[in-house]
Amino acid sequence: MDTMYRQTTESEQGPAQPAAAVTEMTAPAARAGKVRVKDLDFFYGRFQALHGISLEIPANRVTAFIGPSGCGKSTLLRTFNRIYELYPDQAARGEVWLDGENILERRYNLNRLRAKIGMVFQKPTPFPMSIYDNIAFGVSLYEKLPRRRMDEWVEWALDKAGLWGEVKDKLRQEGTQLSGGQQQRLCIARAVAVKPEVLLLDEPASALDPISTAMIEELIDELKADYTIAIVTHNMQQAARVSDYTAFLYLGKLIEFDTSENIFTKPRETATEEYITGRYG
Amino acid sequence: MTLYQRRRLINLFSLGLSLAATALALSFLLWILWTLVSNGLPYLELITFTENTPPPGGQGGLANAIVGSLILTAGGILIGAPIGVLAGTYLSEFGRNSKLAALVRFVNDVLLSAPSIVIGVFVYEILVRRVGHFSAYAGAVALALIVIPIVVRTSEDMLRLVSDTMREAAAALGAPQWKIITHIVYRAARPGILTGILLAVARISGETAPLLFTALNNQFWSTRLGQPIANLPVVIFQFAMSPYDDWQHLAWAGALIITFSILILNIVARSFLRTRMSRY
Ligand SMILES: Nc1ncnc2c1ncn2[C@@H]1O[C@H](COP(=O)(O)OP(=O)(O)OP(=O)(O)O)[C@@H](O)[C@H]1O
Ligand SMILES: [Mg+2]
Repeated sequence: MDTMYRQTTESEQGPAQPAAAVTEMTAPAARAGKVRVKDLDFFYGRFQALHGISLEIPANRVTAFIGPSGCGKSTLLRTFNRIYELYPDQAARGEVWLDGENILERRYNLNRLRAKIGMVFQKPTPFPMSIYDNIAFGVSLYEKLPRRRMDEWVEWALDKAGLWGEVKDKLRQEGTQLSGGQQQRLCIARAVAVKPEVLLLDEPASALDPISTAMIEELIDELKADYTIAIVTHNMQQAARVSDYTAFLYLGKLIEFDTSENIFTKPRETATEEYITGRYG
Repeated sequence: MTLYQRRRLINLFSLGLSLAATALALSFLLWILWTLVSNGLPYLELITFTENTPPPGGQGGLANAIVGSLILTAGGILIGAPIGVLAGTYLSEFGRNSKLAALVRFVNDVLLSAPSIVIGVFVYEILVRRVGHFSAYAGAVALALIVIPIVVRTSEDMLRLVSDTMREAAAALGAPQWKIITHIVYRAARPGILTGILLAVARISGETAPLLFTALNNQFWSTRLGQPIANLPVVIFQFAMSPYDDWQHLAWAGALIITFSILILNIVARSFLRTRMSRY
C-alpha cells in the first residue's frame, strides 16, 4: 500500500481535475499537491517519531490528520514550517516540497518559509501586547506600513477570523484578556494576517466550547478558498465535517490517505476502520 | 490507644510545634521593628531630611547620607541590572542546557553567596588602592557586583517561565530570534524581571561592608562620583558606635528610614509580581 502515495509525487501540478474524475486510487493527489512530502523521517534525539511518510496535501483544500495520541500528527505538521529547528536535538530527514522547492534543504530561507506557511497551535498563544499589536507584529515583520494601511490590514485580518465585530472597540486591550475562543481566533487572525499560502492548524479547537468550535470550523471552510489547510484533530466528526481529505497515522506511519468521504465511509485498512469507529484501544 | 488516636496526637503535636516556630520567627521580626520605631521615631524630624550630618554635639540630619545612598544604589543598579538581565537572557534563551551555561550558573551561585565584605575588599584592591582614594564610583561598582548575581538568577527564572509555545508562535510567524526575545519574551517576563531588580535594590540599600571599603563616607554634601560619598549604612555604623548621644539618635533614625524603605520595596515588588505575572 505504500506505493499508492508515492506514485503520484512526480505528477506535475496540472490543473485541478473535476471531482468526477477522482478515482479511488489516485484520489488524494487528483488536485495539484501544494505540499508534497516524500520519505520523511523525524527524530527526537534517538527516538524516531515518523517513518517514511509520503503524501501530497492538495491546494485549496482542507486535509485532516487523525490518529491516536502520540502517533506523530503534531510532529508531521511541525516539519512543514521547520519549527522543530528551535530545538537542537530534533531533526528531519527526507523531502518536503513546496512550490517546487525542497524546504528541508538548509539553504531554504526560514523567514520565507514561515511567511508562506502559517501555524496555529493547540493552546491559544496571544502575545503579551494589545489585540491590535498582536496582528501588527507579524505584518510588520514583512512590510513597513503607514498607520492607516496597518489599521485596514488589522481590520481585514480580524474580520477574516470572524473576530472584528467582537473586538473593534477594544483594539488597545491586551490580547490575553480575551476569552479562550476569542484568543484562538486572534491567533488565527495573526497567522492569516501575514498572508501565508498554507495554514497548519494543530488541534485548534480542542480547548474550546462548542460555539467557539463551530465558529472556527466555519472559518476554516471560508479560508480554504484562499489557503491550503492542514488540520490535526482528535474529533472524528470534526474531521468529517471540515476536511476534504483525511490522513490516518499510526505509530509514526501513514496508514491511509484518501478523501474524507472514503475514509469515513469505506476505509480500506482495518486499522483505520477500528480507529474511526472508536474500537481502537 | 488506637492508630487513629495516635495519628491525631502526632498531628496535633507537629501542628503545635510549627505554630510555635512561626510565632517565634515573627516575634523577632516584630521585636526588631518595635525597637527601631521606639528608638528611631522620636528623632525622625524634618531636619533629618534637610540637614547634613553634624559634627559631634551639633544639630543636623542625614540629608547627605540619604542622597548619597540614592546615588550609590542607582549607580549599582545602572551598572548591575543590564549585565544581569543580559546574562540571564543568555542562560534562558541561548545557553539552556549547554556546558557553558551550567558553568555560568555555578559561578553565579558562588557569587550570589559570596560574603559582601569579600566584594568590598576586592573592589578596594582594584578601584580604591590603585586610584589612591575612596570614591562613589568604587561604591557603585561594589554594589553592582552584589546586584549582578541576583538579577541573573531572577531574570533567567522569569524568562524560563515564558512558555515555549509563545516562542514557537512568534517563530512560526517568521520572526527572527532577537525580535522574539526583545518583543515577545521580554514583554511577557517584564514584571518578573523588574521584581528581581527591585529585590536587588532592597538588598543593596542596606549593605555596609562593601561601602566601608569603597565609598567610605563624607561629612559634607557631595554628589561628585570621583569623591568619597556619604551613605546611610556607613553613617549608621559610625554614629551608632560613637559615644555621642545625638549621633546615636541619628543612627536610630537612619536605621528606621532604611528598614521601612526596604520593607515597602519588598511589598511593592511582591505585589507587582503577583498581579502582573499570573497572566502568562
Ligand atoms: N519534544 C519531544 N521529545 C521527545 N519525544 C517527543 C517530543 N514530542 C513528541 N515526542 C514523541 O513523538 C511521538 C509523536 O508525538 P506527537 O506530539 O507528534 O504526537 P501527536 O500525534 O501529535 O499526539 P497528540 O494527539 O497527543 O497531540 C510521540 O511518541 C511522542 O512521545
Ligand atoms: Mg499533537
